[in-house]
Amino acid sequence: MSTIVSLPDQSTAALPKRNYLNAEHGLLSWLLTGDHKRIAMLYLISITGFFFLGGAFAGLVRLELLTPAGDLLAADTYNKMFTMHGIVMIFLFLVPSVPATLGNFLIPIMIGARDLAFPKINLLSWYLYLIGGTFTLTALVLGGVDTGWTFTTPLSTHYLNTHVITTGLAIFVAGFSSIFTGLNFIVTIHRMRAPGMTWFRMPLFVWSNYAASILMVLGTPVLAIAIVLVVLERTIGLGVFDPAKGGDPLLFQHLFWFYSHPAVYIMILPGMGVISEVMANFSRKRVFGYTAVAFSSVAIAVFGFFVWAHHMFIMGVSNYSALVFSLLTMLVAVPSAIKIFNWSATLYKGSITFETPMLYAFGFIGLFTIGGLTGVFLGSLGMDIHLTETYFIVAHFHFVMVGGMLMAFLAGIHFWWPKMTGRMYPESLSKLAAVTTFIGFILTFFPQFILGYLGMPRRYHAYPADYQVLNVLSTAGATVLGVGYLLPILYLAWSLKYGEIAGPNPWQATGLEWQLQSPPLTENFTEIPYVDYEAYDFEWLAHKQKQEVTTVG
Amino acid sequence: MGISPVLWQFLNKWLTSSALFPKEASTIAPYADALYFFLLAMTLVGVLIVGALVFGFSLRYRKERNPEATQIEGSTLLEATWTIIPLVIFLVTFVWGALLYFRIYNPPANSMNIYIVGKQWMWKAEHPGGQHEINTLHVPTGRPVQLTMISQDVFHSYSIPEFRVKREVIPGRYSTVWFNATEPGVYHLFCTQYCGTLHSGMIGTVTALSPDDYQKWTDASTSGMSLAQNGERLFASLGCNQCHTGAAGARGPNLAGLYGKKVQMEDGSTQLANEAFLRDTILNPSSHVPAGYKPIMPTYQGQISEEGLIDLVEYLKSLKTNYRVQQTLTTATSTEAAPTTPGMVKP
Repeated sequence: MSTIVSLPDQSTAALPKRNYLNAEHGLLSWLLTGDHKRIAMLYLISITGFFFLGGAFAGLVRLELLTPAGDLLAADTYNKMFTMHGIVMIFLFLVPSVPATLGNFLIPIMIGARDLAFPKINLLSWYLYLIGGTFTLTALVLGGVDTGWTFTTPLSTHYLNTHVITTGLAIFVAGFSSIFTGLNFIVTIHRMRAPGMTWFRMPLFVWSNYAASILMVLGTPVLAIAIVLVVLERTIGLGVFDPAKGGDPLLFQHLFWFYSHPAVYIMILPGMGVISEVMANFSRKRVFGYTAVAFSSVAIAVFGFFVWAHHMFIMGVSNYSALVFSLLTMLVAVPSAIKIFNWSATLYKGSITFETPMLYAFGFIGLFTIGGLTGVFLGSLGMDIHLTETYFIVAHFHFVMVGGMLMAFLAGIHFWWPKMTGRMYPESLSKLAAVTTFIGFILTFFPQFILGYLGMPRRYHAYPADYQVLNVLSTAGATVLGVGYLLPILYLAWSLKYGEIAGPNPWQATGLEWQLQSPPLTENFTEIPYVDYEAYDFEWLAHKQKQEVTTVG
Repeated sequence: MGISPVLWQFLNKWLTSSALFPKEASTIAPYADALYFFLLAMTLVGVLIVGALVFGFSLRYRKERNPEATQIEGSTLLEATWTIIPLVIFLVTFVWGALLYFRIYNPPANSMNIYIVGKQWMWKAEHPGGQHEINTLHVPTGRPVQLTMISQDVFHSYSIPEFRVKREVIPGRYSTVWFNATEPGVYHLFCTQYCGTLHSGMIGTVTALSPDDYQKWTDASTSGMSLAQNGERLFASLGCNQCHTGAAGARGPNLAGLYGKKVQMEDGSTQLANEAFLRDTILNPSSHVPAGYKPIMPTYQGQISEEGLIDLVEYLKSLKTNYRVQQTLTTATSTEAAPTTPGMVKP
């Protein structure tokens, strides 16, 4: 197989003498840093930790479901496991995953800036995230929480005596971390683009993070309000959601989903940005229909705010409001379809190679297509009645969030790892990991679609024996999936010391970040570049490389 | 090294029966499955198209075969095509789904009504004839059955997969769902909304019986008192009959024949006297004062269980004349036998 990877001569190559990693030394130089790249690394380490914690909970859940009887964990413990799995994975992994690590690292460099607009607020974001994480761990150590990640009232306010308040505060604080990140991105993208970097010269990764940032800034406060009301209802007996005091228990779900539906776009949009970058680079082509892809991100962000009640079709909302929300849900599916087709068309007449990031991106396209189309099942009113609250919905959002987002995250990590660390990882092992993840994923979650149509409810600790076969398949798949996720940790850690020196541009990519040394300097650019070419302009790159050869020669 | 029992069970089951779809046991089920198959076909075609594009281009334009990429900006025509075609398919899905939704959530007028009360962690069914069940539900086939449901504590959800129906059971508010069972049999009943520790224990069975068997079951399991009869007792023991005597000039409005009527309220609005209205008026009388009456009725919040409210509602629904009201009024306040003079009003 041919490849585009071109590394410097390993016998003479070395990491750059000065870079952001060795600019300062000592723990404090990291903990008090204002450098967006160091903060990105801090985030990367912390979200990886929480990812494996959340994964461990998922493992216990799948193990329990190996047999129909509730025999491994007590019912309460099982409920705590799936609750903690959801909370950790959503609020402490998926929401910050791409924006806070890759976005933090790359957005300033991609638009030709030396840092984000507010470096100190950026560091504050990370501390707020850590405080949120610590609160979550505290709740876990004190005995856990079993509300489900949805905190449905009145269950969460009146009927549980677990650590709802601690967890609520955790989510409240972590929410501010994501508001600040979003705010920082918006200001940076508006105000700090290099000369010549017009909106339509920006890489699509920046566009999609911009759209996600708008959602973070506008949506997260509503979640904060909902959580505060739950806490007040628990502590001082405020009656906003309590029907006995004239409150409306459905109001909570309106508030919660007003954030939590856009939140799925907060999670997936930055991942879509990664896919645009990877697809363009490994087919050596400009993304097909750049403008359509850029605007589809914005369309998703806008429509994303007006579909929340599709989580409540069976809740006794009025039939006519259900109609409106179903229609809007169908409309929000269209921009995603546009993206999928535009990525596929990007391959047309390309010169395609299949390095690890591209394999993950292919995995994303396959799994996200299934995840997206099964979302149409759930947006369709009459079908939703049978499918909602079953394993069908579990399979659907895992296809989107894990099959889509996590694949995109791993594609991005593998794509930019040489830039972030200056070293390559072992290619054949990483390809194996990509394939293992894909197979493990399909095996884990595909049976859950069938289980859902058969009617198996979600969040069940024990289940009727007729569902066992599919559950066994799913648990077996989860084991494979677990191996697929452990592999990258091992070889990426190994590569930090033993990986080959990557050089500035191992993938022959066009982005501004690839024209810098790897790892970059703390200030990114010694002088701010003037941008006179479009994103993904491979002809510009070929011309530039030719000139370099002649100058050096 | 024998084959593991789990694997054996898997092979055996999948080779002998294809458990990919639940049984179709209600009139709704074929409609739901038709839409499901349409959506499955849509997904299959979508995945095949995307798969063909990705794999086809990957083979045709891999670097070995196509060393130089040709730069293409995009194509408005193509992009319009793959915007409009999915949009049309999604809109068809929307209309189809909406029709199914209205079919599932609008009960036919002649359906028989059964009350369901959900609580952590059991389902209570109250039949109008006074049959009470826990975690089971017996219904006749070939007849529309409406469930009027309420939760005593948290959100629950009543799901019968073989009937393809499900509805949230909400605290403090009636919600309804209906079905018409076609096949006698025993089906799964699940609570699908997470409701606390024993959520997965809140399951049971729905037994669909042929009309004859259903009649036998009804006769054999009656408690001797219909819901309306229970309600009549409550009506007397709570003292409702003291004001709602039905006489002109009484402190409370006449309740006979009220159910299903539009009521003119003191604040000028009109409200339909359905189950929800009756229940809510008992609990929050001050927010439902009919025109011409004073807000003097005390609240019964916390004094009547959901089952009691159902009994009262059923009683009020059955109340066509005030004859029985006045009868209970007398029996409630006297130790004597029921009066023999119909229509006697206690001063």
